[in-house]
Amino acid sequence: MRRFLTPKSLIGLGIVVIMVTIAVAAPFVIPASFATRMQLAMRLQPPSAAHWFGTDQLGRDLFYRVMLGARTSLTIAGAAVGISVTFGLPLGIISGYFGGWTDIVLMRLVDTLLSFPALLLALTISAMLGPSVPNTIISIGVAFTPFLARIIRGEALRVAQMPYVEAAQATGTSGFAMIIRHVLPNVLPLVIVQGTISLAFAILAEAGLSFLGLGTQPPQSSWGLMIQTSRDFLDVAPWTALVPGAAVALTVLALNMFGDVLRDVLDPRAQR
Amino acid sequence: MMAQLDLPPIIEVSNLRVAFETDGGPVVGVKDVSFSIRPGETLCVVGESGSGKSVTSLSLMRLVEFGGGRITHGRLAFTRSNGEVIDLAQTDARTMQAIRGNEIGMIFQEPMTSLNPVFTIGRQLEDGLQKHKRLSSEAARARALELLRQVRIPEPERRLRQYPHELSGGMRQRVVIAIAMACEPRLLIADEPTTALDVTIQAEILALIDRLKRENGMAVLFITHDMAVVAQMADRVVVMHRGEVVEAGPVADIFAAPTKDYTRALLAAVPKLGEMRGKLAPERMRVIGMEPVVAISAVAAEPPAQPLLSVRHLSTRFPVRGSLLRRTVAKVHAVEDVSFSLAKGQTLSLVGESGCGKSTCGRSILRLVEAEAGEIELDGWDIRTLSVVDLRRARRDMQMVFQDPYASLNPYRRLIDQVAEPLQNFGIASGSEITDRVAALFDRVELPRNFLRRYPHELSGGQRQRVAIARALAPSPKLIVADESVSALDVSVQAQVLNLLMELQADLGISFLFISHDMAVVERVSHQVAVMYLGRVVEIGPRAAVFEDPRHPYTRSLLSAVPIADPSQRRPREDQNFRPLSSPIFPVGHSPAPSLYDEVTPGHLVLAEF
Repeated sequence: MRRFLTPKSLIGLGIVVIMVTIAVAAPFVIPASFATRMQLAMRLQPPSAAHWFGTDQLGRDLFYRVMLGARTSLTIAGAAVGISVTFGLPLGIISGYFGGWTDIVLMRLVDTLLSFPALLLALTISAMLGPSVPNTIISIGVAFTPFLARIIRGEALRVAQMPYVEAAQATGTSGFAMIIRHVLPNVLPLVIVQGTISLAFAILAEAGLSFLGLGTQPPQSSWGLMIQTSRDFLDVAPWTALVPGAAVALTVLALNMFGDVLRDVLDPRAQR
Repeated sequence: MMAQLDLPPIIEVSNLRVAFETDGGPVVGVKDVSFSIRPGETLCVVGESGSGKSVTSLSLMRLVEFGGGRITHGRLAFTRSNGEVIDLAQTDARTMQAIRGNEIGMIFQEPMTSLNPVFTIGRQLEDGLQKHKRLSSEAARARALELLRQVRIPEPERRLRQYPHELSGGMRQRVVIAIAMACEPRLLIADEPTTALDVTIQAEILALIDRLKRENGMAVLFITHDMAVVAQMADRVVVMHRGEVVEAGPVADIFAAPTKDYTRALLAAVPKLGEMRGKLAPERMRVIGMEPVVAISAVAAEPPAQPLLSVRHLSTRFPVRGSLLRRTVAKVHAVEDVSFSLAKGQTLSLVGESGCGKSTCGRSILRLVEAEAGEIELDGWDIRTLSVVDLRRARRDMQMVFQDPYASLNPYRRLIDQVAEPLQNFGIASGSEITDRVAALFDRVELPRNFLRRYPHELSGGQRQRVAIARALAPSPKLIVADESVSALDVSVQAQVLNLLMELQADLGISFLFISHDMAVVERVSHQVAVMYLGRVVEIGPRAAVFEDPRHPYTRSLLSAVPIADPSQRRPREDQNFRPLSSPIFPVGHSPAPSLYDEVTPGHLVLAEF
């Protein structure tokens, strides 16, 4: 285990832990009114002692908003990626492992969905379901599924052709046992890496939906919503974009570092 | 042709030491290696994997630095074309570039990966000529053509415009040699140039390298793991082990009177084609440190027992799909009307070159691929007609050991779980009994019990192959198909694994279908031999009959191509040209003629009309 305690892994893990803690604890520590209180006299103030991260176009404190936005953004991203893995993983494995007509039918379906930009797909679903946090999660999760299924299918196809799968087949392993014992463990590293990258895209997708009025609804705050609303004030108050942007960037970076470490921890070859 | 011993050496290596930087500090890859090569001389550096032989050759090219290595000590005195002697270890990068591919040529192991797939053969040949010799493009093209003629490639004009994938493996390696020879190097380094090739192509390539050496008076540094190739090629030999030179000397001395234990062990482990002449039963491999050769009693000659496996008119074809609708446009006839039977407790070897269908034949018998026609009967099971449920049951009786011990074990599962898998699948054992059974299997294949909880990557190749054998043994099968199971192993390890297989056969009465391309190994382990060519068995019979009285022209050419690990039995050195394989792809609906055999002596059958 000591092998994995490198600076990279500690930083990644540290930031992820801090972000999750903020997402969980902030609403208990910070009264919601702190983030929604509008002081029109204090509009677009640069960072100061009173407002650490400055204020937005309505004079709301960006520090409190970014803290409270963490929960919305991380919940939506985490749950959406959870949905896409839940559906994409079995879909990809079944398609790649069994091949043949199963593969052809499933992948043409996936190709159809992939031909729409993910955001457009999420937008359509969200518009049909109506704007709310659960619906945002569903729409992003569904929109990301074909992408993940496609990648996992490729990996499952590779794994299915490995001699150890044929060897297991020769020893009488088949179907479900084969998938659980041999295919899944060998596909998992890719799922972890892809999953952490997808989290980053999901945060941005939520931002996009919020911008179009279909994601998080004001006055609730989310990082995506903050970035999108800052658009009109970039020249006069760049911090309105930089603060939530930095939060997204930091989280994505940490998640990627964390994902790499997680993959290594799960790989017996990396252990000594 | 003798080396020109009166001439000064072209390369003189003294006390070469190469270190690699790793996480755990520097590791010495090569330690105090010294040798020299004169014009017209071939020096073979021989050793098993990890012996440092490739590191040595890469150091001469100064390519070792690209792999994280560093020459920390030693002198590599190289005499350039203009007579100037330089130390390659101290040469700057720019001079090295002028030497590489110009004064020192190199041939790599894999002809497919050492050629660039997106450039034509002509372009790859002309590149070096234009750079090093500053030839105009017309002159370079003319010289490229001349080179292809020199390596005896048919239709050289057409080849220049072709891409690597359009050429066969042997042809590609000839191109690689032509590229290495393009600038008439003074030193040619050949790093396992024939390891990836079939034995007939190997014979062609070895003869070619030898001829080019004699014609051009080059010094040749030949790296190989194969003692038989050494015996055929070398003037002098350097034996390496764990980065150090164990023994060096003229080839005849090394083979006739090795002075070091390691050399002796290495030579003993190599099976020599023809050494089983006059013997009836398979024999253990010699492993130094073990008792002398004894015929294993139970494997001794016995009247042909009742057949365990009989295969009749087996044909396996793969569809070649084309067009959008994935219609079958042609078929690869991988196995074509193959019949044989295998007795209980005996070994039948399927031998042949790559693409002859021997592996597909083994897989068809286990139904890992579906055959198209024929009957397979294994101890009462009619394998081809079994339902999915029955097939699973029948698989208890037939197991397989694969070629690559690295790829045939799941990297994410503990060894105990992998060996236990058949026990669970067939409901043979449960609970703590599984652990006991697997531990007993580990004892059987001579693996320490503390390996049970380890993962595959923690084991060496030979140890992994033992795990694979333990897994195959777990359901107590009657038949084990061993598909090139020892080909990826070093000779000493190969000998141990072969001995293990033979012991298991003697103790448990298992029948082996032994699939191999290595004639010398096959001669050692088989009771019966079937030679395959283009999907058909061209000759089948008792081992002695096939090896001592080969009748089919293909069997003869195959046997004549095998290098023998004895420098006094060198093959003729003129260029050899074996008939290239024809294509096994036929249009849908094509029905080839059935295999008809002439019986030479009882049990010795030869395919008629070839």
